[in-house]
Amino acid sequence: MVLIPVAAATRPGDVPRASAETRRMPPPTCPLPGPRVVDLYFMEHRAKLLDIAAFLDRLDRSAPPDGRGDVRVRALRRASAILVDGEPDRVRRILELLSDHSAEPIPRAHTQAAIGVDPAASF
Amino acid sequence: MAYIDPHIHMVSRTTDDYARMAEAGCVAVTEPAFWAGFDRSSAAGFHDYFRQLTETEPKRAARYGIAHYCWLCINPKEAEDPGFAREVMALIPEFLGRPNVLGIGEIGLNKNSRNELVILEEQIDLAKRHDRLILVHTPHLEDKLKGTRLIMDAIRSAGVDPGRVLIDHVEEHTVAAVLDRGFWAGMTLYPDSKCTPQRAVDIIEQYGRERIWINSAGDWGPSDPLSVPRCHAEMRRRGHGADLVARISLENPLAFLGQCAGFRLPG
Repeated sequence: MVLIPVAAATRPGDVPRASAETRRMPPPTCPLPGPRVVDLYFMEHRAKLLDIAAFLDRLDRSAPPDGRGDVRVRALRRASAILVDGEPDRVRRILELLSDHSAEPIPRAHTQAAIGVDPAASF
Repeated sequence: MAYIDPHIHMVSRTTDDYARMAEAGCVAVTEPAFWAGFDRSSAAGFHDYFRQLTETEPKRAARYGIAHYCWLCINPKEAEDPGFAREVMALIPEFLGRPNVLGIGEIGLNKNSRNELVILEEQIDLAKRHDRLILVHTPHLEDKLKGTRLIMDAIRSAGVDPGRVLIDHVEEHTVAAVLDRGFWAGMTLYPDSKCTPQRAVDIIEQYGRERIWINSAGDWGPSDPLSVPRCHAEMRRRGHGADLVARISLENPLAFLGQCAGFRLPG
């Protein structure tokens, strides 16, 4: 890992970011220059960001509002903080956040399906 | 460019898909036994399924110049009833000598239950006794991290060489442990879950090209039988050379699957 300086958040509404002392950057393994990465992928991920926002807005407009407290939605809100914390390995850390971290097999499978987050976790 | 799709469920795909895959360069597929979207009502249903995998699909693939190989097992979703699972497992030796059978798969875990683990251990032992390769299914979503650890521990306890085991459906939180412990790793390219082609290339860029491959796992659900060549396009878009495409989708599958004496490409 390489330490690089990060500009501090200065405007109202800016999200807190890691300090220059703590932010770590992985070695450059993507062969594309940074500006080219933005050119190629920005629009696709802008759309995905808006999809998440629209999902949360849709949930707000639904009745009854129970869905907002659903463990999956709480996990989504918690995971979204990882996107903006300034640290690398975001995908791995989000997947780990959503994972069951127990070690022993469960006594019996009562369903065949997974829901996407550990329902026993305290999100 | 010629490529192998080492995990795809062609019994769930149309003949048009074989045609499109051949046009895209596919020269061989390997098809693990899996859950059909419903639980079979008898072991006889699996007997018919194993005949389909060893008799029907090789002929269907051959019409398009694609070599078809398969893996046999009781999948973890139908392994919660050990009695039923053992009935199915008892059928497998009858088919192991057929020319397109590579080994035991896709075995693994689904909900990480005790019964699933018992049947997994028995199928690892089956592969070991018959000196066969193993293809592993890791659980979905929140169950993957725990399940992958349990599976790797079970294989280690059985004394099976990890170099003869491919652990599939790895993602960013499991790939390092799988590779570090000497296993082969498979990345499944799905539109809605598992890896996208973009993330698969990210993983290759970070974890290297050793002992890793990509597959479509195309089946009856949302999936894309051409996701492997689409991932190749993503590699090229980033400036990776043809050598990386060949390594991931031809040389690596040949190295792993070539451990089975009967595996060979057409022509």
